[in-house]
Amino acid sequence: MTEAAKKLPRIVIQEKLCKGCSICVDFCPTNVLEMRGPVVAVKNLEACTRCQLCDLRCPDFAIQVFD
Amino acid sequence: MSTAAAVKKPKISVPFDYSKYLRKGKLPHIWCPGCGHGIVLKSLLRAIEKSGLSKDDICMVSGIGCSSRTPGYVDFNTLHTLHGRALSYATGVKLAKPEMKVIVVTGDGDALAIGGNHFIHTCRRNIDMTILVYSNAIYGMTGGQFSPTTPSGSYSTTSRYGNIEPVFDCCELAKASGATFVARGTAYHVQELERIILESLKHKGTSVVEILDSCPVYYGRLNKMKSASQMMELIEKNGTVSVKQVDKLPPEKVQGKLLRGILHKEDRPEYCEEYQKLIDRVSGK
Repeated sequence: MTEAAKKLPRIVIQEKLCKGCSICVDFCPTNVLEMRGPVVAVKNLEACTRCQLCDLRCPDFAIQVFD
Repeated sequence: MSTAAAVKKPKISVPFDYSKYLRKGKLPHIWCPGCGHGIVLKSLLRAIEKSGLSKDDICMVSGIGCSSRTPGYVDFNTLHTLHGRALSYATGVKLAKPEMKVIVVTGDGDALAIGGNHFIHTCRRNIDMTILVYSNAIYGMTGGQFSPTTPSGSYSTTSRYGNIEPVFDCCELAKASGATFVARGTAYHVQELERIILESLKHKGTSVVEILDSCPVYYGRLNKMKSASQMMELIEKNGTVSVKQVDKLPPEKVQGKLLRGILHKEDRPEYCEEYQKLIDRVSGK
């Protein structure tokens, strides 16, 4: 495994904007996210493949994945 | 499988910056949790970025409804008009300023029921504008009444024993009325939707894009769909099939499903250009 592959992405969740619809949690291919109370939270950052599907499908501009 | 996914290089490393197209301090938007309209708005903004259009060259026009709240959040020239009449205002804007890119954001009830007449005549004239019909199969803003796209047999606040009316196929209606670009996308297939909207922005003439998205609060709750994700899975993922795949699939997998993708494209004289020719001819230029 190279250094670049080990580097973890940074998932930024704006809790003020998240409405807790759980679309990102349900459609994450590697189950990185979970619902923690009314908002989404990161459960397993190591599994993130930076596919950006959570960002693309978030209706509320609340989640972004930085490399 | 997992190692292959980990080694695979990411396509995008920096997330898209939506803030440059949004008005400051307007978020969070009014749409309910799980509403697909936000997903469609994001796809539209990404498509606009790719098309290279300047913010000042775009005029976004909307009528009344959940979808029609979109212009309130975006930093373009915007016009929020009467219920169903967005296309009439948009026609006026386009004729007064033919160099402007007019995008009409409208809902299924707004475009097909209340503004049905304006819709067919805009398509007939082939005036250059992009019409995005957010089709969530319900009148969300006014409390969940059934609309022309509510499927037969499904429930709404005004069809408590099931809807007995057949549906309007927005794309077929647009095609038959004379629109020169007709496509259908869904909020589930976000990247495909972005490409479709980009194509529709590039097209010269009336472009109609029907976008299937979900209303979990009114439509979903009354039709026994528990969450927004379940609705997206059932209606948008499993209820549609891409036009590129339709010939390769067996007929039983295609039956009862809506086609997704660019359904119709043709070249026909555009209204503003024809009007300019008329002015030139009559004034003897």
